[in-house]
Amino acid sequence: MTIKAIQEDLIDEFSMFEDWEERYQYMIDLGKTLPLIDEQYKTQDNIIKGCQSKVWVHAEMKDDKVVFTADSDAIITKGIIAILIRVFSNQEPKDIIAADTDFIDAIGLKEHLSPTRANGLVSMIKQLKMYAIAYQTQLN
Amino acid sequence: MFNVETIRKDFPILKRQVNGKSLVYFDNAATSQTPQQVIDVIVDYYSNYNANIHRGVHTLSQEATDKYEQARLKIQKHFNAKASHEIIMTSGTTHGINLVASGFTALLEKGDEIIVSALEHHSNIVPWQMLCERTGAILKVIPMNDEGELVMSAYTDLLSDKTKLVFVNHISNALGTINPIEFIIQKAHAVGAAVLIDGAQACPHVKPDVQALDVDFYVASAHKMCGPTGVGMLYGKEEWLNKLPPYQGGGEMIAEVTFENTTYADLPHKFEAGTPNICGGIAFGAAIDYMNTIGFDKIAAYEHELLDYATAELLKIEGLKIYGTAKEKTSVISFNLEGIHPYDVGTLLDKMGIAVRTGHHCAQPIMNYFKIPGTIRASFAFYNTKEEIDALVSATKKAQLMLS
Repeated sequence: MTIKAIQEDLIDEFSMFEDWEERYQYMIDLGKTLPLIDEQYKTQDNIIKGCQSKVWVHAEMKDDKVVFTADSDAIITKGIIAILIRVFSNQEPKDIIAADTDFIDAIGLKEHLSPTRANGLVSMIKQLKMYAIAYQTQLN
Repeated sequence: MFNVETIRKDFPILKRQVNGKSLVYFDNAATSQTPQQVIDVIVDYYSNYNANIHRGVHTLSQEATDKYEQARLKIQKHFNAKASHEIIMTSGTTHGINLVASGFTALLEKGDEIIVSALEHHSNIVPWQMLCERTGAILKVIPMNDEGELVMSAYTDLLSDKTKLVFVNHISNALGTINPIEFIIQKAHAVGAAVLIDGAQACPHVKPDVQALDVDFYVASAHKMCGPTGVGMLYGKEEWLNKLPPYQGGGEMIAEVTFENTTYADLPHKFEAGTPNICGGIAFGAAIDYMNTIGFDKIAAYEHELLDYATAELLKIEGLKIYGTAKEKTSVISFNLEGIHPYDVGTLLDKMGIAVRTGHHCAQPIMNYFKIPGTIRASFAFYNTKEEIDALVSATKKAQLMLS
């Protein structure tokens, strides 16, 4: 699936919810499906800065695609990173770099994009894209 | 008579809706809300007499200067300083602390000791670490116990003739503990050390008497006591303020300047370089008037009632743990739900219109002591109600259910 198609799926899924409670409950449930980072990669270097909760992200290349795994000590943050990983994992670096993130607004999580938000959604997106840029450089 | 419903009418922001719910504002320890009486003063300043102070001969400048100096007198009276020039207008508590820390650079020698407490805000630790780096002085820390109280026997053990400065907050921002500053000051003076008290968290709840305390320096911020942000005060005993060199160079703080030499202005202007936050200073005075009209005795009694009620109600939630259970504490409750990250709880509470603080509250050493990433902190002011506490309790229960 392309990044765009996955984003549209997410928008469809979130459009079914009537209120914030259902939306957050779904995010919490998504957090439980997060492809967990291997314990050995839960290092200080892999912590994303700017998050009030701890977020670890690891990336590797498999068949020319970037595969992300992650974890967090907070459940809602886990849900947010799970959404991002669903969008960006198993994609080619160039597609990750080119992807926009407008879907975040469309699924009602725009409030998490504010720089005052301590969950660091902005930092997470930046970090995932940085990995993609690094791998793209290797491919070139 | 203390009537919370009447008081609430003074605060326009309390009528706000957040995420479709009536706002419940429990982040008062971070900043308090502003009553209409103070907002009116701010509007009046910019509408009628905005001008630079202490230099203009024109009417507006004189009016602004008069009001600004009246505010200083109000602050002096409120804190019971001996003289108005012992009140230095600052940009806030952090500014006051840095001013004193910078001044002590000239007064310390290698091997001298500075004592701070384990209950400090970051802003209370970093300036002293920097001072120690500059001077070769050594930083000592008063430990705390499981209740979040400072251990006084350990404090007296740390004191010696090497101690030059003791630095403690009056009330802890993270836990609400009221520290025994009278005892701390008295013991420090017995070894000849000066004492700086951070009153940022205390001033919204109590009325400190700097002469009765015999404290050498005391700092506070207006925005924690119904005033605007960006303004605060440093009280210093005259003899100490004379000993400290100026902090920043600029206008206002000089008497005479040639390229060879500068004579510094007298107190308080020696420490007030540049154009100050004039409107903020005047509004600070108005905020002090407002709080005194309600009365600090009444404020303290009512907030204590809120604290007792909230403590009892929150503890009914299974798996809820309160951090900071000092016998003497103000209306701050730091808590966690077992197995749940405070950030998750805070996020859901916000969705339900409740403003709390989550995180380490700029007090990481305290969080490390309890081995937790942070807490949820609900801090109450005199304009909060028991109904709002009920809303917090039911929202916390709901968050717990969603997150388990």
